[in-house]
Amino acid sequence: MAELVNARKALMTNPLKSSAPLGAALAYLGIAGAVPLLHGAQGCTSFALVLTVRHTREAIPLQTTALDEVATIMGGADNLEQALVNLTKRMKPRFIGIATTALVETRGEDMEGDLRLILARRPELAGVRVVLAHTPDYHGGLEDGWSRAVAAIIETIVEPADGAAPLPPQVNLLPGVHQTAADIEWMVETAQAFGLAAVVLPDVSQSLDGTVPAQYVATTLGGTALEDIVRMGRARHTIAIGEHMRAPAELLSARTGVPATVLRSLTGLGPADEFVALLSEISGRPAPAGLRRQRSQLLDAMLDGHFQFGGRRVAIGADPDLLFALSGFFAALGADIVAAVAATANAPHLAACAAKRVVVGDLMDLEDLARAGGAELLVTHSHGRQAAERLHIPLLRCGFPVFDRLGALHRGTAGYRGTRDLIFEVANTVLAGMHTHGPDDFASAIPPPFTADQEKHHAGASPVAH
Amino acid sequence: MNEALKSRIAAVFNEPACPTNNAKTEKERRKGCSKPLTPGAAAGGCAFDGAKIALQPITDAVHLVHGPLACEGNGWDNRHSGSSGPQTYRLGFTTDLSEMDIVLGNGEKLLYRAIREAIARHAPPAVFVYATCVPAMIGDDIEAVCRHATGKLGTPCIPVNAPGFVGPKNLGNRLAGETLLAHVIGTREPAVVTPTDVNILGEYNVAGELWQVKPLLEAIGIRLQATICGDARYNDIASCHRARVNMMVCSSALINIARVMQERWGIPYFEGSFYGISDTSDSLRTLAGMLVARGADPALAERTEALITAEEARAWARIAPYREALRGKRVLLYTGGVKSWSIVSALQEIGMVITHTSVRKSTDEDKGRIRALMGGDAHMVDSIPPREMYAQLARGEADIMLSGGRSQFVALKARTPWRDINQERHLAFAGYDGVVALVAELHRALTNPVWQEVRRPAPWECADAPAAAHSAAGG
Repeated sequence: MAELVNARKALMTNPLKSSAPLGAALAYLGIAGAVPLLHGAQGCTSFALVLTVRHTREAIPLQTTALDEVATIMGGADNLEQALVNLTKRMKPRFIGIATTALVETRGEDMEGDLRLILARRPELAGVRVVLAHTPDYHGGLEDGWSRAVAAIIETIVEPADGAAPLPPQVNLLPGVHQTAADIEWMVETAQAFGLAAVVLPDVSQSLDGTVPAQYVATTLGGTALEDIVRMGRARHTIAIGEHMRAPAELLSARTGVPATVLRSLTGLGPADEFVALLSEISGRPAPAGLRRQRSQLLDAMLDGHFQFGGRRVAIGADPDLLFALSGFFAALGADIVAAVAATANAPHLAACAAKRVVVGDLMDLEDLARAGGAELLVTHSHGRQAAERLHIPLLRCGFPVFDRLGALHRGTAGYRGTRDLIFEVANTVLAGMHTHGPDDFASAIPPPFTADQEKHHAGASPVAH
Repeated sequence: MNEALKSRIAAVFNEPACPTNNAKTEKERRKGCSKPLTPGAAAGGCAFDGAKIALQPITDAVHLVHGPLACEGNGWDNRHSGSSGPQTYRLGFTTDLSEMDIVLGNGEKLLYRAIREAIARHAPPAVFVYATCVPAMIGDDIEAVCRHATGKLGTPCIPVNAPGFVGPKNLGNRLAGETLLAHVIGTREPAVVTPTDVNILGEYNVAGELWQVKPLLEAIGIRLQATICGDARYNDIASCHRARVNMMVCSSALINIARVMQERWGIPYFEGSFYGISDTSDSLRTLAGMLVARGADPALAERTEALITAEEARAWARIAPYREALRGKRVLLYTGGVKSWSIVSALQEIGMVITHTSVRKSTDEDKGRIRALMGGDAHMVDSIPPREMYAQLARGEADIMLSGGRSQFVALKARTPWRDINQERHLAFAGYDGVVALVAELHRALTNPVWQEVRRPAPWECADAPAAAHSAAGG
């Protein structure tokens, strides 16, 4: 059990957290024909848009209700109505996902009521499914926004089970915000290998995976089809990844009666085995040969890679579910997690992370803890680059945003395949920083009076490339 | 919103030195300059964003954002405004207002404590405190907190009152200018004063462009006192009121600073540009001329001419190898509009053809310049909807698009060369060296064989391919 420390200070320095409305927008971007709409000032959308574009390197349809001073005081319902009408006319979406911001939530309007009235009096919105999630910036972070948006979609669009049992049998997958296109592809392929058809909500592997369409599309192209969401009640089972997907999974169960299982992680041998065992149970089939081979490859990667993990001092900063997954992954290969910082406190399993202490804080906390613990590897998103420079240690980019490297969406950390590749990436990062020993490394062969502290540093400072 | 902020915005809208404002009737003027935004069809940053862009390049200061997470958390460390020294400005500071802080009205106390913590750890020469929408709405008085903190902690704390909902980015730039005039400029005396001291206004040192210009100034003996704000130090800006000339770049976003500095301290200003060979030469010539007129050594003008002659010749010689390949190539120029006239003339100098240039944010004066350069209105567009932009590029109506990151993927998905010329860019295009760099970069973009590669038909798209035949038979 980790000790949980909330480092709440007045000053946050170098935010680790991204905002909840942005998390909701990312979820909405996994729906086909979608336009996410942030209900707030234009800057709320502009900042979120720029960051998402830099992470995905895609054109992102993200709109704003553009509240000005008057609307802020008088109420934003008119702006919401105009935004829905204008963007429907211009962009012809099939789905609009509204995420509220701190600005409208502080004023506290009856937005559901407003939305019902708008939809009732505006025939031009008849062909569009509109969903609203409450995601004030002052509450939680990326995971909370993502989770609430998925819950809002389920609440509004999923219909009660109609008793139909499609062939092949269906399984619902609810990935977390930290799952990339590559992760989702692995989950879907693995389900298919058990003869199961997967409905993924939301499915960024179809919408943010980088395609070059033959014509201009203003909305998302690809993503979960609305028809598939409607029929999620036909599934045999729902599998949600991460604690932040528990609430949507339970909501889906309550609405449809489909049983749900929440897996806290898909990264590492144990978590991947759990997923595979669950699919085997749902389908009633044994694991197919291809999957057995993948597992064997992962075992080999663990054997080859463990040299670079054992005793390695690692500092990790991430949203709670990603932190849980990564700390479990590193600990299982023998790394020493000297710093674990969570972006938000909003998770029941932080104390279960594989670290002595989990601090809820920012990237400056991570940097301070990493320095104090003599970390050799920093694991966090791209904003950790300044800390890594100051600490003179390599940065393994994980989570959101990754804006200074290509292919963030195609880098997997889930399942046998993603774990295998992550082991290689970590090991290669460590290997790239190694130097060949010279006489100076052993200058203290007959050491001065011994101290435990020196011994620790000596042992850590001179690994050799094999 | 408090009365002080309201009247400040009204004052900014009524800028006497602004040509657009002067061309308006009294009634139009009272309405202000911000065009109302269209919900569901708006793009661009807010006033807070604009204020932060303008001030953040004060590199030794702490820039503390008072608000809920998104304002700083989603936007920090996202520009490439370089520093030759301090790195404090790259840190992201925010009070990260929580629900409890808002409900209990703790905002002001929290802000004071945050300021104290920042000063204790980083010992900056000043703290800039930015208001955002939520604290502005619930009535946190950041000016009072800053006054209190300045007195108590002994470090200047400067309130930047430009919450996002008051208007667009450009308004934020101007409010940043007002902030500097009200709290910073003229509060300290410079240690050194020379007859050739100048300030540059509206230069943010994106990708290090200031460093392409500064050596030119140094070579002819012009001393740069302050750049507002690029690679800036708090003290240099606080004492920049003793400079002899102000040069305003990036159109007129900070015209209020230039005008007030002329009124208060008699510093003349002009608007110039360091984009393009002839604009760079003109700017150097004007700077030198104005300094000499204010008593600098007349030899400065001769040194300037000598430098211009040598640098122009050198630049043209370096551009020569690319000219043939670039001549007649068609450019779709889609910037925020502020610098478009400057870029237009730079591209025309090397023989490229501008198909369209956007003038969304340009002033009438900017438009006049473009009209003169391009011979009429035909090529000026307000904005191009992405769908139309994609269609134009897909039809091959331009060989390359130059724009900001926002429209990058419209061009790339249309399999058309694209380069970033906005503030997020990584390449520096200013001064004589910058023109050469721009030309080399355009050449690299246009001649990359990748454009043929990505237009290559897929195996199943070739009529005689076995795959096509097979699927036809199967279908």
